[in-house]
Amino acid sequence: MYFYSMIKKTLLFLSILLVVSSCKKEVTKEVTEELSIEETQQVTSVKTYNYEQLKPLLEKKDDKIYVVNFWATWCAPCVKELPYFEKINKDYAGKNVEVILVSLDFPKQVEKKLIPFINKRNLQSEVVYLNDVNEDVWIKAIDETWSGAIPATIIYNKNKREFYEQSFDYITLENELKTFLN
Amino acid sequence: MKTIKNILLLAVVVITAAAFTLKSDAGYKVGDKIEDFKLKNIDGDFLSLSDYDDAKGYIIIFTCNTCPYSVANEDRIIALNDKYEDEGYPVIAINPNNPVAVPDDSFEKMKVRAEEKGFNFPYLFDEGQKVYPKFGATKTPHVFIVTKNDMKVKYIGAIDNSSRNPDAVTEKYVENAVDALLAGKTVQKTETRAIGCSIKV
Repeated sequence: MYFYSMIKKTLLFLSILLVVSSCKKEVTKEVTEELSIEETQQVTSVKTYNYEQLKPLLEKKDDKIYVVNFWATWCAPCVKELPYFEKINKDYAGKNVEVILVSLDFPKQVEKKLIPFINKRNLQSEVVYLNDVNEDVWIKAIDETWSGAIPATIIYNKNKREFYEQSFDYITLENELKTFLN
Repeated sequence: MKTIKNILLLAVVVITAAAFTLKSDAGYKVGDKIEDFKLKNIDGDFLSLSDYDDAKGYIIIFTCNTCPYSVANEDRIIALNDKYEDEGYPVIAINPNNPVAVPDDSFEKMKVRAEEKGFNFPYLFDEGQKVYPKFGATKTPHVFIVTKNDMKVKYIGAIDNSSRNPDAVTEKYVENAVDALLAGKTVQKTETRAIGCSIKV
């Protein structure tokens, strides 16, 4: 008797497992489909600004918190920290936080490297390209302490502004952001 | 009792001193006197600034093999040495990166890059990454012009005003500074900035 009941139980367990796993499969399928739709929306261009055009993005006076990261596809520590900025952009979108990625790639590499990179990584944060030869002027204007090394990041809202010439891990970035969230 | 008091007092003094030292540890500023260094060149010999008997000064450039901004400036660095070595302002390049962080910036790879590009200046390896913090270099490329008689920093910054595109250069900062020094004049623009790669340690 005991033996039969064991088999019964096992069968029941197996059938539950089957049902669960088939449900799971369906869910995964949907997610994959959604993803592939997103993937097909490839960018073909990137907004190009000189410093005067970029400036308004660095001093907005609305109710949002802006996280502005200066980076380039060739900059290894920049590429390494990009997923953290993407995660902030996603996780804090409901909390009025917006990430802007300002690329400092070489003019000749915008088509060849930057745009394919945005598509390959499926970057969701807004990417703009800063092309302004007058570096000596705009680096100081962005922050008096900035030596020009990248990665560099600004976090600001209408009341407060912080500049960071450093690399971030997710926790440090989130902690800095939290000082703006009250 | 007195001993404890003294120890406490000493601790306070040491901590205060340390705090101040750290604060001023951000590297040389324009006008500061620099310490000489001794670093290994790609030819295997050690080189110091004092080895240059006939120099009037030095164009010290922190640069590396891997940073695209450094690579974009290689031809310009070679041209600087071509123009100013014989005038008494040789280029001395120093790689500040730690090869543990960036394998392609190893001493061996420095030799390869110098050979490929035909570097006409010494290319020194900052072993242990001890010299660049004294200068306060933060990125590659990062230029420091120093006069030999007083060993003082006369210029810190970029090579010119268009690091990403040599065709768009309208102001050659380093040339202007060295020309002024050679003419016995004061340097007009003593500090400039350009985008560069952070130093990897």
